[in-house]
Amino acid sequence: MNVKIEVKNLIKIFGTQPQRALKLLQAGKTKEQILEETGYTVGINNVSFSVHEGEIFVVMGLSGSGKSTILRCLNLLMEPTSGVIMVDGQDITKLKAVDLRKVRQEKMAMVFQQFALLPHRTVLQNAVYGLEVQGIPREEREEKARKCLEMVGLGGWEDKYPDELSGGMKQRVGLARALTNDPDILLMDEAFSALDPLIREEMQDELLNLQQRMNKTIVFITHDLNEALKLGDRIAFLRGGSLIQVGTPEEIITSPADDYVARFVRGVDRTKILTIQDVMKKPQPVVRLSDGPNVALRIMKENGISSVFVVDRSRQIHGLVTADLALEASKSGIRVLSEMDLIQAPTIYQDVLVQEALPLIAESKLPLAVLDQEKRLVGIIIRGAVLAALAEDGGEVDVSNSIR
Amino acid sequence: MYRIPLGKWVNSGVDWLDLTIGPTLRNFADYVSDNIIGKLGTGLAAIPWWLLILVFVALAWRAGRWRLSLGTFLGLLLIYNLKLWPVFIETLVLVLVSALVSIVIGVPLGITAARSDRFHRAIAPLLDFMQTMPAFVYLIPALMFFGLGTVPSIFSTVIFAMPPAIRLTDLGIRQVPTDLVEVGEAFGSSPWQMLWKIQLPVALPTIMAGVNQTMMLSLSMVVIASMIGAGGFGAGVLYGIAQMNVGVGFENGVAVVILAIILDRLSQGFSSSKRTAEK
Ligand SMILES: Nc1ncnc2c1ncn2[C@@H]1O[C@H](COP(=O)(O)OP(=O)(O)OP(=O)(O)O)[C@@H](O)[C@H]1O
Ligand SMILES: [Mg+2]
Repeated sequence: MNVKIEVKNLIKIFGTQPQRALKLLQAGKTKEQILEETGYTVGINNVSFSVHEGEIFVVMGLSGSGKSTILRCLNLLMEPTSGVIMVDGQDITKLKAVDLRKVRQEKMAMVFQQFALLPHRTVLQNAVYGLEVQGIPREEREEKARKCLEMVGLGGWEDKYPDELSGGMKQRVGLARALTNDPDILLMDEAFSALDPLIREEMQDELLNLQQRMNKTIVFITHDLNEALKLGDRIAFLRGGSLIQVGTPEEIITSPADDYVARFVRGVDRTKILTIQDVMKKPQPVVRLSDGPNVALRIMKENGISSVFVVDRSRQIHGLVTADLALEASKSGIRVLSEMDLIQAPTIYQDVLVQEALPLIAESKLPLAVLDQEKRLVGIIIRGAVLAALAEDGGEVDVSNSIR
Repeated sequence: MYRIPLGKWVNSGVDWLDLTIGPTLRNFADYVSDNIIGKLGTGLAAIPWWLLILVFVALAWRAGRWRLSLGTFLGLLLIYNLKLWPVFIETLVLVLVSALVSIVIGVPLGITAARSDRFHRAIAPLLDFMQTMPAFVYLIPALMFFGLGTVPSIFSTVIFAMPPAIRLTDLGIRQVPTDLVEVGEAFGSSPWQMLWKIQLPVALPTIMAGVNQTMMLSLSMVVIASMIGAGGFGAGVLYGIAQMNVGVGFENGVAVVILAIILDRLSQGFSSSKRTAEK
């Protein structure tokens, strides 16, 4: 995977002459000691991480943990006190003003928490801002902007002014303004926090949707874990300016690095993060297509079950056989399962969210066959077991055990 | 006790200036008053009075409600009826030229003050000083350098009327929300683009408030400046006082009020009818 942004030993100290505080920090003093001795706030304390091309990298943390500071350092709206920020292998902290402007114009665009639309410009004029600054001819920039406005669902609103729009629409304009630039990198600072919950979910879905088509590198700031889990390919946890943990949503949920993260993780709506493979059972036993009905009967009897999945040598699923069917086939002289009519079992892919699969699970009387990308049988879903697993997770049980 | 000869010092300083650059300035003043202000005056006077009234009414219509248009119409008609039309033109030219010069100098100074804290701190006391000095005080040096006439009037008016243009431009730009400035930066705007595409448009309502104040101050100073030969309504008021002719003074005074209201409403109307930062 290509590294798009690499942050190394980023330190940001607020104050007019941070160098003295920096020395103290490097000498091993803590944030608190420095605040006491110098009155300077350490905003970001030696943070390193990298963001891969095409991923949504979420930065999480409580208010004041330094999320915005990190994001603002990425496009140098704030100047880091020390550290390196590599974008496409180039250290942007070393750039001259003109070159930095170029990078901001071409590589990264930002979406703001409070929308920050220019009040004297229409929706379209707001959306073209980035290209206008670059000196792109009017026709061309307006065409691109129109496309992006269309994409975020604002076709027909081009000539409205920001004060005529609802919050959700304003943020769509903010998003369109960033997208019109066609940047490699999108920086989003609590972009959806100012929206009410329904609109917010809608925007999250929209973003995921767009991301599938565009494949940008997105750094997304939020203090809402559900949002982080939904959007993030990886999540970084900040506390007091330090990085506590970076990991996939799975890793964060299942093995929180410390109490701080664990406290966040508690109380998450689990159906939104658990996928089918988290709640499925191992598909044991199975029978082969080349086995006979009597083998199937014996296996069912031994395991105390009333049906069993039939697979071929490469574990491709062929169907389900019940005890009744097997008995009948055996009586009518069928010797291998491939010769009999199998029941077509409902199937589902292992990476589907439990939330999305719930209706299917609830409806199906038969067990569901869980498949991987190559359509091999990797597990089964039994209705009762899933519901039990979810119910069990409702309380404050230890997360890692209930999933594994 | 020793008395510091402050007045004497100032006098000799002014005398010296008068000797060295006085003639040049007076030539310049003559040139400007003949060629620019004079031509502007004759130009405006050449327009039929009813047409000029219609132009004002049309502007009032665009700037605001029909009531403003009606008021403008009746007010100007009264001025014409009082046979004050030429004086009206004279006053208008003085006010517009002074206000324009104040704005053309004041707004860029305001922009500079907004961008440089040092400059801001340097001119703040100067502006206070300019505004608290009694208006008459500006007349004397202007008179000494330029002699009697329109140019010294405009000169002192500009000094008196410029501070709000500087102050409110400065204030307006400083008040542009930081996240809008950050938008400019994040999208890679040059300082010039930031100014033209973000700061000035967002600050426009405040700047226009400054323009409005400048206009009003210009008018009041132009009336005072009649003492050094500015002409206009002020001269009529002055005449009324000198001759103990309350009637003439009153007529001119009313005309000043009418012009003040029209200019005030027009410049306010235009700044708020434009779509600008409303929040
Ligand atoms: N310009 C500044 N000057 C001084 N201190 C600052 C400045 N900006 C931020 N800080 C401090 O740095 C710390 C991190 O701030 P930051 O805005 O990055 O937090 P955040 O995680 O984005 O919080 P929120 O969720 O409230 O937006 C805070 O303690 C804040 O007080
Ligand atoms: Mg923040």
